[in-house]
Amino acid sequence: MKHLDEYRDAERARRLAAAIAGATTRAWRIMEVCGGQTHAIARFAIEELLPPQITLLHGPGCPVCVTPAEILDHAVALARRPEVVLCSYGDMLRVPGTAKDLRTAKADGGDVRVVYSALDALALARALPEREVVFLAVGFETTAPGHALAVHHARREGVRNFSLLVSHVLVPPALEAILGDGERRVDGFLAAGHVCAIMGWAEYEPVARAHQVPIVVTGFEPIDILEGIYACTRQLEAGRAEVENAYPRAVRQAGNAHAQAMMREVFEIRDRWWRGIGELPRSGLGLAPAYAAFDAERKFGLVSGGVAEPDRECRSGLVLVGKIKPPECPAFGTRCTPDHPLGATMVSSEGACAAYHKYPRVT
Amino acid sequence: MSSTPACPVPPAPDVIQLAHGGGGRATWRLLHEVVRPALGITGVSADAATLAVPPGARLAFTTDASVVRPLAFPGGDIGRLAVFGTVNDLATAGARPIALSLSLVLEEGLPLDLLRRVLGSIAAASRIAGVRVVTGDTKVVDRGRGDGIYTSVAGIGVIAPGLDVGPHQIRVGDVVIVSGDVGRHGVAILSVREGLAFEAAIESDCAPVTGLLDVLVDAGIQLHCLRDPTRGGLSAALHELAIDAGVEIALSEPDVPVDGRVAAACEMLGLDPLAMACEGRLVVFVPPDHAARALTALRSRPEGAQAAAIGRVAPGTAGRIVATTVLGTRRVLDFAASEQLPRIC
Repeated sequence: MKHLDEYRDAERARRLAAAIAGATTRAWRIMEVCGGQTHAIARFAIEELLPPQITLLHGPGCPVCVTPAEILDHAVALARRPEVVLCSYGDMLRVPGTAKDLRTAKADGGDVRVVYSALDALALARALPEREVVFLAVGFETTAPGHALAVHHARREGVRNFSLLVSHVLVPPALEAILGDGERRVDGFLAAGHVCAIMGWAEYEPVARAHQVPIVVTGFEPIDILEGIYACTRQLEAGRAEVENAYPRAVRQAGNAHAQAMMREVFEIRDRWWRGIGELPRSGLGLAPAYAAFDAERKFGLVSGGVAEPDRECRSGLVLVGKIKPPECPAFGTRCTPDHPLGATMVSSEGACAAYHKYPRVT
Repeated sequence: MSSTPACPVPPAPDVIQLAHGGGGRATWRLLHEVVRPALGITGVSADAATLAVPPGARLAFTTDASVVRPLAFPGGDIGRLAVFGTVNDLATAGARPIALSLSLVLEEGLPLDLLRRVLGSIAAASRIAGVRVVTGDTKVVDRGRGDGIYTSVAGIGVIAPGLDVGPHQIRVGDVVIVSGDVGRHGVAILSVREGLAFEAAIESDCAPVTGLLDVLVDAGIQLHCLRDPTRGGLSAALHELAIDAGVEIALSEPDVPVDGRVAAACEMLGLDPLAMACEGRLVVFVPPDHAARALTALRSRPEGAQAAAIGRVAPGTAGRIVATTVLGTRRVLDFAASEQLPRIC
């Protein structure tokens, strides 16, 4: 754990916290985009180190949280089919669709399996030629290249019993949506370091310019997050609005060219519905026409369009765009808990509501 | 002359069949040729064992079912798990085991060799824990209705004279000690079940804690409460005790021993080592003036070499665990809703 311990060093954290406090003269609202950062902020109680003027808002970068209920309904319906093996990442199993989640579908007899990679699902398809293996492909630009690679391999090898139920989303359109509705709620962003490791940061520059908002590429360890907050605060105090890389050990300006090429080969940009937020134009990915044979929605004739959102009491949409903090939701911790989530933000440990519930601050 | 075809003698089955659970001769043979010899059970068959108990002794009684897949994993198997699970539950009452019962639910088609191996492991584990299986039962279920073998082991133990441990004895100021590194069993099982290839194999901590109890008792430590963290890990054990005792526990996260490989696997999968299962650890609550001697006693045994003081009982909010993080900040530890699910990214 050598390479982690140095980014969890208490003395370094205290020095950075002091530097942030020293640089801060006004109130600033900084949004960390990614659920992994939200999780780390809660797990290490990082807010306790910050001056009271700095408010952290938790952004929409949790794939579990923004995947529409309709996709979960499709996955549950597919899991019911006797020929289908439905493969998913672990934390998607508890996300409620409109009626059921995948864990219930499994208990009802569906063949639902947790995998750690789309390539594992592809290996399963090769091993079970008489079954139809469907991989629930969710996530941002981080998971997309691996999913693309699996489909690419499947086509090259002629694996016909493999398909993807795709609900991929992209970060920049989400930032536009948060900034673009008139009311300014976020002063600066911490961009997700792993997304930028794939995509680079050029695509954030128009957003920073157009909305005059600093965007700092930030990692996931406590020291990384404090570095990101420090860089963002200095920009805000100096009246600058630039894209800045505070995660140079992982991120290069151009990103990962191979991964980007694989994504472009297999996916195309589509409009996508974001759970709790609504439809955002050109905000996600779907399989490109050349790979349509691997599209589970097409293969199994799943009908999309009736976008039903679950519980009306759930305020997760407001949480995801920084309008409220989780405890401000009337259902938080009472009618909505990790045992009985009303919305997806209470399910994954990366979801802002679950992170607040899991790691409440000591008062 | 044409040779007369030899009368085919039916081969002795090398797998469990439904007939083995039918109560007839096949059952009798399974018990007398396989189960009893493997466990060293001699004498005439009886429906109940009789036990001699020291006069005036207080007894502890517990039971534990094991349903583990796969049946063997790095560092243990279902046999060791079954015996140590029950023995360790007795130890948390301050009791040494004097007798175990063993119920086996076998799935039709189970290879007899595998059954023999598990029985051998149960016998070996019993020897290590200084106890014997004295009674039992065997049932067979249809193929597809079980995972090979399910076990249920009940145990009776004699509590050390003068010992009265449990959540009711926990006092504000008590020091919380854990006997070794946490989360190993959970990660070992995960690594084989999910086919995750870690660079270094992580072995389960599956072991009896009876020896640790012995050294604590022998050293004259004033024991307030003992618990063996299993499913739900250290976090669940501490939460249960904090709720039952109506106290808050202040936990120092950096002081909790976690093996580097376990920590790395948990980081990679987005899991919390504090909530990963253990199978051979003891959590001990002692008054502050007994803490140093308790640590010395635990560390005198190999399985207690990494024993560490990890926290204190505080007044505060009943049932709450407040962890001081590696950064010196504080957060409330979650009592996990259910099993941990690996994160996407």
